[in-house]
Amino acid sequence: MIPFPGEQIGNFHRLAPEIILCAFGIAIMAADPFVQAAHKRALGWLAFIGTLGGLAGVHLMAHDPGNAYSNLIRADAFSVFMHVVVIGAAALAILGSFNYLDEENIQRGEYYALVLFATAGMGILAGANEMVTAFIGLEMSSISTYVLAGFRRTAIKSNEASLKYFVLGSFATAFFLYGIAMVYGATGTTRIDFVAGALQKMIVGQGQIAPLAILGLALMFVGLGFKVVVAPFQVYAPDVYEGAPTPVTALLASGPKAATFAVMLRIFYLSFGSAGNLWFWAIWISAVLTMIVGNFAALVQTNVKRMLAYSSIAHAGYILVAFAAGTNIGVAAVLFYLAAYALMKIGAFLVIAHLGQQGEKRLEIADYAGLGSRQPVLAICFSLFLLSLLGLPATGGFLGKLFAFQAALDSKIVWLVVIAAINSVIGAYYYLRVIVAMYFWEPSKEYVPSKVAPTLAFALAIAAVGTLYLGILPARVLNLAKAAADSIYLH
Amino acid sequence: MPSHLLTVIAFLPLLGVPALLLLRSDDHTWIRRIALAVSLAEFAISLFLLRGFDAVNAGYQFEEYYDWIARANIHYHLGVDGISLFLVLLTTFLTPLAILCSWQAIQENVKGFSIALLMIETAMIGVFVSLDLLLFFFFWELTLIPMYFLIGIWGHGRRIYAAVKFILYTMFGSILMLVALLWLYNLAGTFDLPDIQTKLQTGMVLLPARTELLLFGAFFLAFAIKVPLFPLHTWLPDAHTEAPTAGSVILAGVMLKLGTYGMLRFCLPLFPDAAHRMAPLIGVLAIIGIVYGAMVATVQTDLKRLVAYTSVSHLGFVVLGIFAFSTISIQGAIFQMLSHGISTGALFLGVGMLYDRRHTYEIKEFGGLVNPMPVLMSFFLFIALASLALPPLNGFIGEFLILIGTFQNHHAWAAWAASGAVLSAIYLLWAYQRVGFGEVTVEKNRSLPDASGRERLILVTMAVAIIFMGVASPLFTRRMQSSTDSLLQQMDRVQNASRRPATPGVAGKAAGVALMPGKNASAKKISLRRVQP
Repeated sequence: MIPFPGEQIGNFHRLAPEIILCAFGIAIMAADPFVQAAHKRALGWLAFIGTLGGLAGVHLMAHDPGNAYSNLIRADAFSVFMHVVVIGAAALAILGSFNYLDEENIQRGEYYALVLFATAGMGILAGANEMVTAFIGLEMSSISTYVLAGFRRTAIKSNEASLKYFVLGSFATAFFLYGIAMVYGATGTTRIDFVAGALQKMIVGQGQIAPLAILGLALMFVGLGFKVVVAPFQVYAPDVYEGAPTPVTALLASGPKAATFAVMLRIFYLSFGSAGNLWFWAIWISAVLTMIVGNFAALVQTNVKRMLAYSSIAHAGYILVAFAAGTNIGVAAVLFYLAAYALMKIGAFLVIAHLGQQGEKRLEIADYAGLGSRQPVLAICFSLFLLSLLGLPATGGFLGKLFAFQAALDSKIVWLVVIAAINSVIGAYYYLRVIVAMYFWEPSKEYVPSKVAPTLAFALAIAAVGTLYLGILPARVLNLAKAAADSIYLH
Repeated sequence: MPSHLLTVIAFLPLLGVPALLLLRSDDHTWIRRIALAVSLAEFAISLFLLRGFDAVNAGYQFEEYYDWIARANIHYHLGVDGISLFLVLLTTFLTPLAILCSWQAIQENVKGFSIALLMIETAMIGVFVSLDLLLFFFFWELTLIPMYFLIGIWGHGRRIYAAVKFILYTMFGSILMLVALLWLYNLAGTFDLPDIQTKLQTGMVLLPARTELLLFGAFFLAFAIKVPLFPLHTWLPDAHTEAPTAGSVILAGVMLKLGTYGMLRFCLPLFPDAAHRMAPLIGVLAIIGIVYGAMVATVQTDLKRLVAYTSVSHLGFVVLGIFAFSTISIQGAIFQMLSHGISTGALFLGVGMLYDRRHTYEIKEFGGLVNPMPVLMSFFLFIALASLALPPLNGFIGEFLILIGTFQNHHAWAAWAASGAVLSAIYLLWAYQRVGFGEVTVEKNRSLPDASGRERLILVTMAVAIIFMGVASPLFTRRMQSSTDSLLQQMDRVQNASRRPATPGVAGKAAGVALMPGKNASAKKISLRRVQP
């Protein structure tokens, strides 16, 4: 199905966020050689402005929904919602990077450019209406993040993270590509919105869906499951998250996960909606495994960064619970969860980035002892993020879980919800452990608190206020999520 | 006329938080004063509830109903009835005392401490007045965090272990309740409690027996852990022993009642069949709790742990009263909730005063304390007598009503439970004897100062409350009457007449007069308001 060239070539505004992000990325690369080492931070500000420009681009896109770029890209409410999540995540990560990079002595222009390129890739993923386009978006975001993960060149862990992420990630994207090929072989199209029709014809004609298409879907699940970090494809994640520079981890844990879930939703719900009974059990089993692996492994961690890495695996499991619902309510729940999750996870990782101090040395739970009395505001913020990850009422994390459980129960998936509920109590233990250290332990003497930079404070404030906003007044975002969920079916 | 009294009562303590935040953290005196002033104002305002409360009306009063998360059908719906009215008052009554008793005991981070107490007050009142299942759950979970900090920061030796055990135990119960709650929503299409009640009563929503049993189980588990019902009680002694006095007062005084309140508010009216099916098992567990709690209390060497185990025993009575399903026993249960809040709260206050002087709870460290501290120890004896249900003090009324009510339906239960009343005399009097009477065995105890003015104020307030509840009990039971009748009526709808022979005279008459008009009126009010945008 080759679209007629030039058919909708004028619709660049539907791709505005990516264009703006890439333009700023290129501008940063071009300006980099001319900026003195002492002023590299200016490039960071440029990147931040780029993300704001990207958000403005989303505005353009939102006002005229429809297809663009020969139907390869879809600008609908769903895409708009995901764009805001991933670009917002990137903006917060950039704000949190300024002082971190100074401290690690790696303040360089390409860091910011790569963040923007990665974000553009995520945007393409979120808006993809065609599988190869999705693949390009996936590669764009992946390759940029491979480099970002290894940005602390002198740190051995960072190198390990980069290499591991690269080797395994390439493998995973190859799976995704194979999957696309199989689906194309079976249905004759790579367009996400056409596959469903082709499958329908098969069912009518042959009484079943061709095994080739199912195999394709399975391979795509492997590739995408790797990126959203669900079991059994999660093995790389703790090492990568731990080794990557912490602001990059913040981005990794939120942006790519959200964007990949977006394309996964489109492919599973829209293209393979008729095969729901086939993929349901795959999602179900994967959800259970993901939650259990994530939570139980997190229980025994003493390194807070690594613990949060496992916690983000567990959270992918909760998202899969909503995913398994297979309904509009499920999509809306996934979207709301992703928004809340991005805010709290970035907030938590940025706190860690700050407290790690030079060389990321202070990451053990014991290093957090007495933080409540030494740096009360920071400790309150961190507690808020942890309690939100735990799922305590009045935070976005609670309502995210609530809507996820509700969506699943609405589809009569009771046992998965029970397992998820029990898991979230197991999770409570390790989140609370950090709070125990911060408030109940005596502060260590030799710790010299470093000042929180205004940029970081601003990023944390946004994350904290956002977390509370989603927890107390979620109506607006929930409405947007519902509208977004409805929009993926409108063709 | 829309009244916002409940909103004011629920959130007034939170208003104190920004005020406290503005003060310098080392200005302890003013922090304490403001916290006390806020909690006293709160108590004063909550008394207005009594004035406007219509004892004949069995439905919810002072209702407030607004959209909160319209898309998810979650509403801000508040209201009180005869069951929750006094629990709100109990909360507002005990909080100032908790602040007052920490005047000297808490010297570190007083600001955080006061904020935690005020937040916990808001959360607990929120639980009692919420009529939306999700709002209820919201407040229910919010009670945990301040208490967790109270135990973990200001507690004693093994405070961290106790705090974590406390929170994990309760969370485990409540998360399954959340699942049940969502399931119920899927069946009934609403989180609104009165709505669900109406739908279940009129048969618009039918719960299959197995579903009802599962839902009941999930709700009951959460509440039973909170109560705590034997054998889920193991978190309680640890939490109490390690908590600061104020924490224990709030925990025993109010938080344990969240569990028994939940049983009355949700388990019985929503799942009556399951409640009847499970009642034999629960009754037996309650009796085991009564006897076992009392026996374990007897052998404690730690005074505070002893008082903690008395809670297991006394709340066993409450659960027994609830699951005996008679008007009298349920009224007795509600009364016992209040009276346990007062007398056990007072016991913890007294134990806290001893701890402030000696920094130990070991009984063998005390002895002959009546000599150096006649006033304090006389009040202590008075409180102990109230707790062991001496007539005409408050504890007697509750236990007596529960035993009579239980006897009507289950002779054997009442007989076994009565032994708990005897045991309570043993452990309390024996403990008092070891602490108060005899020679002063430890030299340090000779010079202990008697109750200070502040402590006398606390003790007198408690004593007055104890006597008042004992002699003026009709003032309380009168206001509970119609709500308990209506509760039993709701439960009755599926039970055939032969199943429940209890008190046709009292229950039937009052219900006929009071119940239906009030119920219908409130249901109509809601449906009218719902039409408005």
